[in-house]
Amino acid sequence: MRTIYILWLRQLKRYTRSRSRIIGSLGQPLLFLFAFGFGFSPIYQRAGGGNYIAFLAPGIIAQGILFTAIFAGIELIWDRQFGFLKETLVAPVSRLEIMIGRTLGGATIATLQGVIIFFLTLLAGFRPANWWLLLPAVAFMFLIATLFTALGTAIASTMSDFQGFQLIMNFLIMPLFFLSGALFPLDGIPPVLAAIASFNPLSYGVDGLRGVLLNATHFGMGRDIAVLSALTVLVLLIGNYLFSKIEI
Amino acid sequence: MPTSSAITVKNLTRKYGDFVAVDGISFDVPQGEIFAFLGPNGAGKTTTIKMLTTLLRPSAGEILVNGHDSVREQDAVRKSFGIVFQDQSLDEELTAYENMEFHGILYGVPTELRERRIRELLEIVELWDRRDNQVKTFSGGMRRRLEIARGLLHHPRIFFLDEPTLGLDPQTRNQIWTYINNLNKTEKITVFFTTHYMEEAERFAKHIAVIDHGNIIAQGTAESLKKKTKASSLEDAFLELTGHAIREEHATGLDHLRQHRKMWGGRR
Repeated sequence: MRTIYILWLRQLKRYTRSRSRIIGSLGQPLLFLFAFGFGFSPIYQRAGGGNYIAFLAPGIIAQGILFTAIFAGIELIWDRQFGFLKETLVAPVSRLEIMIGRTLGGATIATLQGVIIFFLTLLAGFRPANWWLLLPAVAFMFLIATLFTALGTAIASTMSDFQGFQLIMNFLIMPLFFLSGALFPLDGIPPVLAAIASFNPLSYGVDGLRGVLLNATHFGMGRDIAVLSALTVLVLLIGNYLFSKIEI
Repeated sequence: MPTSSAITVKNLTRKYGDFVAVDGISFDVPQGEIFAFLGPNGAGKTTTIKMLTTLLRPSAGEILVNGHDSVREQDAVRKSFGIVFQDQSLDEELTAYENMEFHGILYGVPTELRERRIRELLEIVELWDRRDNQVKTFSGGMRRRLEIARGLLHHPRIFFLDEPTLGLDPQTRNQIWTYINNLNKTEKITVFFTTHYMEEAERFAKHIAVIDHGNIIAQGTAESLKKKTKASSLEDAFLELTGHAIREEHATGLDHLRQHRKMWGGRR
């Protein structure tokens, strides 16, 4: 337990100490919120979709969590290159504990980031159906954050430097976001796109968050939670295996 | 003499694919001794240290560290040694104190003892006044001192130092060796170190092993190595044993992997 705690605490300290990182990673979701939000609002309204900002806000929160979580996981490469990973790997603790501590730390940071973005969406005019819903929303954010931090860690376990970073950015993170239903409703879209979205884990994250905050889901809340939880367990297992194979 | 040995290595081998980095070496480090492990670049020093410290699994052979098998009793082995790596392994975003605290908690040192010991060690390496500064503000010598203090926090019986004075000025090197030597004298810690500075090995090590191309080619005291090669200094003896040709650092498995990735990465 103490191992998990100290690794978690370390991630948090590193996060709160780099203000530029916090602000920097808010830039992208803010840009999406304002550009897409206000840009598409009138046409969305005219098409009978209703309030686009309300629809978009949970998607942007999920996007902020996705980016922060995957980066927090990928930070492992950083630790490897700057040597700190060795310090944890020679210690008399199990690799499972190290991996869990790191993942919970990253997931906490990503959740905090999600909460900050939630408050920023309020500035753009977003209102949840009920203020108390923020509590279950945070729990749901944490689920999304855990899944994608674990995914980032699993990927980083197989990489020894940042050479593949662009690859991950362009072929994983961006598609996850754009093909998730964060920006557009999944109802009535072309079947190919719908099929892709249904295989995209972030779709369930976005949908679930919408379900919590606005009482409107596409897949249904039960399915969202089931898919995300099952995937999180699966990715953690794979990640644990890959992490245990790391040799320095 | 199994009980009086801090480290016993038998037929230790490590292969990376077809490349044999360490080729069936055997040696023994007596309890409480300062032991120098010398060799040119790429001879297998770091690979050996990584196996001794459980970071790498041996391809074959056996290692006993303080009587514990390094593969089957990993945690017992890990608790019993401290290490200063060749390249730094501190978290630069954390302060000196936090780096120490992290280590203490990871090694399960009880709170009260941990706090006392951190203060003691930081005072010894003269970093107590800088304890609340982030490591990124530290010079190379200060980082090395902090790593030494950190490696000692959990009262290890063996201290591994992989080129502990690399890139440091003579003043700092001298200071670091004073700490290490004192430690060995007062706490009877076994010290296992590698270095390219032959005078460090000559001055401080009781026994020396020379490794080259993955094989141990000579073992003994500095005197006996000099006598064997009819050399006047350990440096000459070392050159006599390992030849004058300049070595390229052999790529490790990780480097091979890196190269592979670069090749494929380039085709994106």
